[in-house]
Amino acid sequence: MTSQIVPGAQRRLKNRVTLRMTISNSLTMAYRNLLLIRRTPQQLFDVTIQPILFTLLFVYLLGGAISGSVGGYLPIIIPGILATTALTASMATGVQLREDMDKGVFYRFKSMPIARIAPLTGPLLADIVRYAIATSLCFVMGYLLGFRWASLAGALTGGVLVVFCAWCISWIFALLGVVLKTAQTVQGISTAILFPLSFLSGAFVPTNTLPWWLQDFVNINPLTYIVSAVRQLFNQGTIGNDFWLSLIGSIALVLIFAPLTLRAYMRKA
Amino acid sequence: MMMQRSGIQDGNSSVEQSTLAIEAHGLVKVFGDNRAVDGVDLSIPSGCIYALLGPNGAGKTTIINILNTLLKPDGGNAKVFGHDVVHEAQVVRQLISLTGQSAAVDERLSASENLTIFALLLGLSRSEASKRTAELLEEFGLAGAAKRTLEKYSGGMRRKLDLASSLIVQAPLIFLDEPTTGLDPRTRIQMWESIRRLVSSGSTILLTTQYLDEADQLADRIAVIDHGRVVAEGTPRELKAAVGKATLHLQLADEKDTAEAIRITQTVLNVKASTSEPTLVTAQMADPELVTDLLVSLREAKIHLVTVSVQEPTLDEVFLALTGDGKQAEKGATMP
Repeated sequence: MTSQIVPGAQRRLKNRVTLRMTISNSLTMAYRNLLLIRRTPQQLFDVTIQPILFTLLFVYLLGGAISGSVGGYLPIIIPGILATTALTASMATGVQLREDMDKGVFYRFKSMPIARIAPLTGPLLADIVRYAIATSLCFVMGYLLGFRWASLAGALTGGVLVVFCAWCISWIFALLGVVLKTAQTVQGISTAILFPLSFLSGAFVPTNTLPWWLQDFVNINPLTYIVSAVRQLFNQGTIGNDFWLSLIGSIALVLIFAPLTLRAYMRKA
Repeated sequence: MMMQRSGIQDGNSSVEQSTLAIEAHGLVKVFGDNRAVDGVDLSIPSGCIYALLGPNGAGKTTIINILNTLLKPDGGNAKVFGHDVVHEAQVVRQLISLTGQSAAVDERLSASENLTIFALLLGLSRSEASKRTAELLEEFGLAGAAKRTLEKYSGGMRRKLDLASSLIVQAPLIFLDEPTTGLDPRTRIQMWESIRRLVSSGSTILLTTQYLDEADQLADRIAVIDHGRVVAEGTPRELKAAVGKATLHLQLADEKDTAEAIRITQTVLNVKASTSEPTLVTAQMADPELVTDLLVSLREAKIHLVTVSVQEPTLDEVFLALTGDGKQAEKGATMP
């Protein structure tokens, strides 16, 4: 420490952040979030316990009533569990972001010469790992219970679609995380959104027995389309309209909510 | 220590001496109806240790947070090495580092994970980052606890890690917000040594403190902050001199002489003398030359002394005089 540093007034510095720096900073922040997951594995409860528990619960509780047998219900319920689990996992993004932003370490991030957006994009990137865990577990549970997909390519495409859609939807919860004041509020409001979305969809039951007004809701619920798309991929191994609708709808969500979230975040940061 | 430091400053180039690390004009920050910062001007030369001294809630941290780009000022402007803190915030962030009041480190991660992440964010490669992490952990005596999560760390260890985090790349301007609050005396001395070492290798330090002895020991210049304003500014010596003269303490051998000693002291020194203990006479020492006359007069009057001492004014007195009530602040040091 005896050598002299370059004096502040003699440094040539730019007031811009390059794209390369933004990507590099985001990856470092994603790495940080992965370390946090490793340090606190409780964070993975929603993507580990839920797929296992829900699959067993729904299959044996509703299988006989809805489809006459457990085996007959599997093609309906496995895609449903897959999509709802990923959706639940995406909700945690907002809660964790809020908790993180209240921590002292965020003051350091804000005063460092890094891309301002990295503390937001990092966790969103890292959460892809969580969705992948949730999706894989659903596959394993389905397989163990006797579910067989039409083709491996179809199954994998379905898995990737769910992970992608969950990532897109997580921007809604990220916005709540940035805007709302406490983690509890984020949790509360997110659950209130999540619950009707999960259950008032085609995820668990065939929708043709529902009253017409509920059918209308189910038909505008994006989850219904994701579930249908995954069912078609799993059971027929083909890509249908629902696949494209899910994809377009998810991209639309990102186009709407990502800029809103970024703006709200930058205003606070 | 003061001598040594100014010696190093003299070695610096004249270019650096002429530049200001921080220049602020009329800074204002309002929270609701509280004017936390109320028209602050600062000019801090590079290469010095500058202390913001003030009671809790005086606005010290808010001033720091405007200068380090965490808060936008509601009025006025500030420059760090000539770069505006609002319009060139990203440049300013490349010139500063911050050690906050509450340790700005991630409690859920280990010390080495924290340092590695900060290093990667600052653009170090993976191997550079782990090398620098190991160096800093060693330097701050945290190597043994490097793998533990901070939840098991003591307050002092967190502070050390926080300081280490701001030194991954040594910045030209380092903010230290109450760096030694809550530290044990030994860790505090270590912290002071670290701070002096940073200045000797070319950094400028802006620190806040509530401890007067810390400002006195460490700072080249001090701004006394109260109610969001700078109420006095100067070197520790200037501040002390402005508040009052040294006091002469005469401890008498015999209680019976007290009245006579007071009379003689007042006549010779031409100031008011007083007594707070039976055998102690105190008087303001305006002119040290007159003390010789006083001692001769006391001997002629056969008054025996046990001890004679001169008490310099302490920064405590300065602080109380300036931040106590408004009337006393009037006669304070150089008003900005």
